[in-house]
Amino acid sequence: MSDLLLWAKGPGFSIALFIFLAGTVLRLGEILWLRRKTDLAPAKGEVLGPVLRTIGHRFLPAPGMLRKSPVVHIGGWTFHVGLFVILFLFTPHIVLVQAFTGLSWPGLPHSLVHAVTLATMAAMVAVLAARISDPVKKLLSDVEDYLVWGLTFLPLLTGFLAVGRMGLAYDTLLALHILSVELLMVVFPFTKLMHALTWVLARGYTGAIAGRKGAHS
Amino acid sequence: MTTSFANGMAALIQQIDAPIASYLQSCVHCGLCAEACLFYTETGEAKYTPIHKVEPLKRLWKQEFTLFGRLLKALGVVKPLSDADLAEWEELVYDSCTLCGRCTMVCPVGNDITYMIRKLREGMVASGHAPDSMKTAARNALNGISPIGVGLVALKKQIEKQSKETGIPITLDQEGAEFLVVLSSMEIIGFPEILGALSKLFQRAGATWTIASDAYEGTNIGIQIGSRDVARALVQRVVTAAERLKVKTVIAPECGHAYQALRWEGPNLVGHPYSFKVIHIVELLDQWVREGRIRTKGKHQDRVSFHDPCQFSRRGGLDAPARRLLAGVAADIVEAPDAGAMSWCCGGGGGVSANHRAEDLRLKVFTAKKRQIDAVQPKQLVTACANCRNVMEEAIDHYEMTLPVLGLTELIAEYLEDDAP
Repeated sequence: MSDLLLWAKGPGFSIALFIFLAGTVLRLGEILWLRRKTDLAPAKGEVLGPVLRTIGHRFLPAPGMLRKSPVVHIGGWTFHVGLFVILFLFTPHIVLVQAFTGLSWPGLPHSLVHAVTLATMAAMVAVLAARISDPVKKLLSDVEDYLVWGLTFLPLLTGFLAVGRMGLAYDTLLALHILSVELLMVVFPFTKLMHALTWVLARGYTGAIAGRKGAHS
Repeated sequence: MTTSFANGMAALIQQIDAPIASYLQSCVHCGLCAEACLFYTETGEAKYTPIHKVEPLKRLWKQEFTLFGRLLKALGVVKPLSDADLAEWEELVYDSCTLCGRCTMVCPVGNDITYMIRKLREGMVASGHAPDSMKTAARNALNGISPIGVGLVALKKQIEKQSKETGIPITLDQEGAEFLVVLSSMEIIGFPEILGALSKLFQRAGATWTIASDAYEGTNIGIQIGSRDVARALVQRVVTAAERLKVKTVIAPECGHAYQALRWEGPNLVGHPYSFKVIHIVELLDQWVREGRIRTKGKHQDRVSFHDPCQFSRRGGLDAPARRLLAGVAADIVEAPDAGAMSWCCGGGGGVSANHRAEDLRLKVFTAKKRQIDAVQPKQLVTACANCRNVMEEAIDHYEMTLPVLGLTELIAEYLEDDAP
C-alpha cells in the first residue's frame, strides 16, 4: 500500500471526518439558534400535516414546472438519486460503513452501480451546461457553485476509474478517490453542500408557516 | 422616521431568523423560481429571478450570522453590504415583486422567498430605499386614515347613497355591534356597492355591524412598504376601535393584504393576541350559507371564472370557501389553468399598484394573467380583492379586452333570497 493511500485511509480520513462533523454541528447551530418568534395570531390550521406534506411534495416538480425546466428537474433528480445509490448501495462502501459501525445492508450488483455512475456523471454535466448557458442560472452562480460541482464530480470520476482500473495504478486511483471524498467532507459544512441537510428545515418551516394559516405550501 | 444605512442594517439584522437562515443556506441556485415569477416569464429578464431579489439579505446573513462569512469579511475577501447595493436593489425589491408567493410554491428546497422579500423591505425602507409614491401613501395613511386620501366625508357620502338604495341604514361607531367591518379605500371609492351588499347580507343573517369613523381602512401600506412601525400604527387603530366599540369580531375586507395584515401580522405587530376574532368576509359568508343563516335563490347565468387573489388563495387558503360560495350563485363556472394555489397574480399586489413608477411594468406583466383568462374565455371574472379588481380593470382596458370584474360578496348579495329565513 502506498504512503499516499495509507495517509488517506488513516490521518486524512480522521481529519476530514472531524472537520465534517464539527463544521456541520457548528453550521446547524448557527441556523437554529436564530429561532423564530412565537406567533401571537391564533392558528387556523394544523402544522404537522403541512410540514410533512411540504417535505414530501417538493421531491416532485410543482405543477407545470417539469415542462418549463426539464434539464434541471430530470438532471437534478438523476444525479441526486445517483449519488445516493452510489454512496449507500455500492458494496465496497457498505463494507466501509460496516467496518466503522457494524451496520450492514445488501448492495446492488457492480454492473448496475457502474451504469448509475455513468448516468450520474452525464446528468451532472447536463446541469453544469445548463448553469453556464442559461442567463438565469449564470446570474445566480458564483465561484462556489462551480467549485462545489467540481468537488462533487471528482469522487465520481476517481471512483469510476479506480473500479475500472483505468489510467493509473489501482492504489494511486483509490488514494485519489478517498482524498477527493475527504476534500468534499471538508468543504461540506462551509458551502451550499449543506443543503443536503438544511432542505428539511427549509421545507419544514415553509410548511409550518403556511399550515398555521391554512394556506397552500 | 429618520432613514440611514445604519438604520437599514439594524432593521435587516433584526429580521434574520431560523427560517431565513435555513432558506438562504438551502438555495442551490437552480433558478427554478424564475419560471414561477410573472416578472421573469413576461419579460425574460434574468434580474427578475425571485431569489436574486433577496441577494442583499443573503449577503447580510453571510457576513453577520455565519462564522465563515464573518472571517471572510474581516479578511477583506468579501465586500460588506453597502448603501449603494441597497439602492441598486430597490427596483427589484419593490417594482418587480408583488409578494404573490408563486416562487415559494415551486422551490425544490421549499424556500419561502416571499417571506424573505417582506423582511428585506424592512431594511430597504429603514435605509431610505423605498419608492416615493409608497412613502407618500404611508404618510397619507398615518396622517389621515386612507393611503389614497379617502376621507370620512367621502365614506359618509357613499354610506348615505347605499343606504338610500337598499333602504337599510348603516350606523357608524355603533357600540356593542357584533361585527366591525373594515374596508379598503378602493372599495369606498371604486366599488361602493359593497356597502349595500353588506347591509343586505347582515340584515338577512340577523347580525349587527358597524364601521368605525376613525378606523375604516383595512389595507396596510406598512406591510407593503415593509415598515413595522407604520404597520403597527395602522393595525393598532383597528384594535383600539374594536375594543372601544366592544365588537366580538372584526371582518377583513375583500383585500388580500388587509386580511394578512389584520389576521396574521396584526397580533405580532401590536405584541399581544386580540380580544376579538378576525374573519375574512368570504369565510363568514361561507359559514352563514352552510349554517343556513343566509340563503341564495337563482343563479348568475353568464360564464364566469374566479380570479384567485394571491394573499387570499395561495397564501390565505380561502380559495375553497370562495369556490363553494360562487358555486351557490353561478351556473356556469370555468376554472382557468393554474387556478387556485398556482394562480397568476394581477400584477399589482404587494404595494406595486401604489408604486406609480412601476405602472408600465405592471401592465406589461399582466400578460401572464391574460393568458390564463384567454385560455377559458369567461364572460366575467369574479374575485374577492378590490385591489386585484382595480388593477385588472386597468389592465383589461389597456389590452382592450371586454371583461367585467365582479366582487364575490356583491354577487352573493345579488342572489340573496328575498324573505328572511
